[in-house]
Amino acid sequence: MLSQVWAFLFGRLSFESLPFHEPILVVTFIVVALGGIGLVAALTYYRLWSYLWHEWLTTVDHKRIGIMYMVLGIIMLLRGFADAIMMRSQQAIAFGGSEGYLPAHHYDQIFTAHGVIMIFFVAMPFVTGLMNYVVPLQIGARDVAFPFLNNFSFWMTVSGVVLVMASLFIGEFAKTGWLAYPPLSGLDASPDVGVDYYIWALQIAGVGTLLSGVNLVATIVKMRAPGMSMMKMPIFTWTALCTNILIVAAFPVLTAVLALLAADRYLGMNFFTNDLGGNAMMYINLVWIWGHPEVYILILPAFGVFSEVVSTFSGKRLFGYASMVYATVVITVLAYLVWLHHFFTMGSGASVNSFFGITTMIISIPTGAKMFNWLFTMYHGRIRFELPMLWSLAFMLTFVIGGMTGVMLAVPPADFVLHNSLFLVAHFHNVIIGGVLFGMFAGINFWFPKAFGFKLDRFWGLVSFWFWVVGFYAAFMPLYVLGLMGVTRRLRVFEDPSLQIWFVIAAGGAALIAIGILAFLIQLFVSIKNREKLRDTTGDPWNARTLEWSTSSPPPEYNFAFTPVIYDSDAWWDMKARGYQRPLDGYRPIHMPKNTGAGVILAGLAFLTGFGLVWYIWWLALVSFVALIGYAIAHTFNYDRDFTIPAEEVAETEHGRTALLGAGA
Amino acid sequence: MASTHVASSEAIAADNSVPVFYLTEEHAHAPGGATAFGFWIYLMSDCLVFASLFAVYGVIGGNFAGGPGPHELFELPLVAVNTAMLLFSSITYGFAMLAMEKRNIAHVQGWLAITGLFGAAFIGIELYEFGTLIAEGATPQSSGFLSAFFLLVGTHGLHVTIGIIWLVTLMVQVRRMGLVAANRRRLMCLSMFWHFLDVIWIGVFTFVYLMGML
Repeated sequence: MLSQVWAFLFGRLSFESLPFHEPILVVTFIVVALGGIGLVAALTYYRLWSYLWHEWLTTVDHKRIGIMYMVLGIIMLLRGFADAIMMRSQQAIAFGGSEGYLPAHHYDQIFTAHGVIMIFFVAMPFVTGLMNYVVPLQIGARDVAFPFLNNFSFWMTVSGVVLVMASLFIGEFAKTGWLAYPPLSGLDASPDVGVDYYIWALQIAGVGTLLSGVNLVATIVKMRAPGMSMMKMPIFTWTALCTNILIVAAFPVLTAVLALLAADRYLGMNFFTNDLGGNAMMYINLVWIWGHPEVYILILPAFGVFSEVVSTFSGKRLFGYASMVYATVVITVLAYLVWLHHFFTMGSGASVNSFFGITTMIISIPTGAKMFNWLFTMYHGRIRFELPMLWSLAFMLTFVIGGMTGVMLAVPPADFVLHNSLFLVAHFHNVIIGGVLFGMFAGINFWFPKAFGFKLDRFWGLVSFWFWVVGFYAAFMPLYVLGLMGVTRRLRVFEDPSLQIWFVIAAGGAALIAIGILAFLIQLFVSIKNREKLRDTTGDPWNARTLEWSTSSPPPEYNFAFTPVIYDSDAWWDMKARGYQRPLDGYRPIHMPKNTGAGVILAGLAFLTGFGLVWYIWWLALVSFVALIGYAIAHTFNYDRDFTIPAEEVAETEHGRTALLGAGA
Repeated sequence: MASTHVASSEAIAADNSVPVFYLTEEHAHAPGGATAFGFWIYLMSDCLVFASLFAVYGVIGGNFAGGPGPHELFELPLVAVNTAMLLFSSITYGFAMLAMEKRNIAHVQGWLAITGLFGAAFIGIELYEFGTLIAEGATPQSSGFLSAFFLLVGTHGLHVTIGIIWLVTLMVQVRRMGLVAANRRRLMCLSMFWHFLDVIWIGVFTFVYLMGML
């Protein structure tokens, strides 16, 4: 009787679900709990709750949402990296009969969580955050097309994050690898909650990602300033457009395939099971039809960042603007024609493998074109080796190596040898760290002064840069070697002692990266501390080229007092060259969307729904889902969503900037 | 498109002096100007969910696992009635939109109500069909074919259900606020959604039911 009541109230959740027997997790929990209590206490002591709620959590301002995405990415980078360093140290010591320090079931969760977190909750928030912040400013818009939806998207991403983090302390995470291939992820092989956490975290966050994709596509297509034709859009906006089209066209497939996996696990259906007509390879096909475009979703905005950075710090117009656009579009299309190269060994035959091998190799052509465009932009330029430029240079060297190993893997016979090996692991870290992550650091260093009105500290930026770059090479080049020697991925212990030295070097590389991350955090801290010294009053600290640099730093909430008119892809450069005078009067009232707490509430209910589903707490899942729908409907009854900033207030803000510009001159 | 704004706003200076780099008039971006486009983009993403489910049906739709196939299970006359319900509902929604253009609230509400009833009839018949299949032992768990069938058809039914909830919500909102711009925009979005589900159903009817019976 009692157990039935318990089962009704708590599903399969019990005290055994809490990992008291795992010292690593207990210590982590204590640290996280103390940190959390400290944070809550500090917010209460300094009376920041109201500020936080009214100015940030409920904001519909694309700039603040962008910054929140970046903060989310940084926090989750620390979590994902903690997983990484645990794996590296485990593999460095688990030789000669040693089991290392991680039991198998824990180790398997770590490599799964590492992959899931780094892709979905580090790289995606960084990319989305940067696009959110920069795109409306670059196209001369006041906000995105659907400001509330933007807030909702962000909180749905957070909801997914919270679900993944909850799995650390309540129950466990998937032990299946980051794409949860069946039949391993099916109910028979994985009966516990790990895969369910995986499914619902990604489904909830996926809603956010998809809607933010719709939002940014609509923003870019519909809200550009007068004069900005498609071929006058800044390259970053172009890459953002292509990325969001990819999001809209790829994430529904992930939603569908995870829904099918959930149907197998929750309803006993037979999509991917071994018997009764299921087909596990169908999962792998579908998940990669999403998964391959996903890597371009991540890399294209990084390409956009490098384009802006290289042309700004070379003091030149980007070489081959049109070819850059076409290369981006070609990559967007080809992204859908290569998915099968992730499993050449499926056995689909020589013709199919040849097709996908060739399409994969073709992608290196537009990518190579981009590389030459950046090099020719630098050619005869007056290059300033500021931090964003250094990250871009490191990217160019590193990404070429990653691209070449990618072309090696694209050759089906070579892939039969290299697939599932550490060579593959080295390759995708080479392109994701060397491409996406370096791009994000370039972007953060580049646009930080726009967002906050002061530059980031150069010394600590250099420390972070060098430790990251050197650490990357030390950590991943040994994996290429090991992969060529035939070491497969996701291994926990090793027999052959001659391999150990390479794992030790890789672990050393991870330690260097740890210093790089620490230096980045110190860079943020030192910059905030010295913000008066690093202050930029011009709004254009880099002598840059695109529209976002024409407004103040940080920009006013309405971005532009007057709608700009565009004649050139480097709009701000053009304005500077042709004697643009900043308007000093004639301000108009500006229409803006109101803040709303609906996004936080809806995402909170989505989290409860997910949590209920993971633990089979059906009443919780049902009640919170009904509440979610009900609240969403109730929200549509609010027709009063805008307000007007009076002309006097605009004038006051703009006069403040005039005074700053005067003082700086 | 954006480029046409320039010509109309007389922004380009005629001589070689400094061109006009900003508009002095606040040019009214009508609120919700991108809604129809954005909703269309969303529909295309939803279309890809269905595309995936169709593909899955294509791959494992023949895996009967020794159980019954379409010939033993499907009753075309019933499905034909069901299809008619949905097609009629699309026509009546069209009439609601015509009434909206004439700002005739009573007619809008009437046609919406009829549309909703057709939709409910569709869902009712579909549930009856599902119930019959399950009672015959053809459950979603019995084979890959039936899993794919129930999930594809069921996902469509779920969409129609959401459409009905949305439709009722909109009827309440139209009654409260009238045919204000926001409500007209919402009616238009639901219209796209409703016709979109019709198109998907034609795919289901053709590929699942008709071709299954061949």
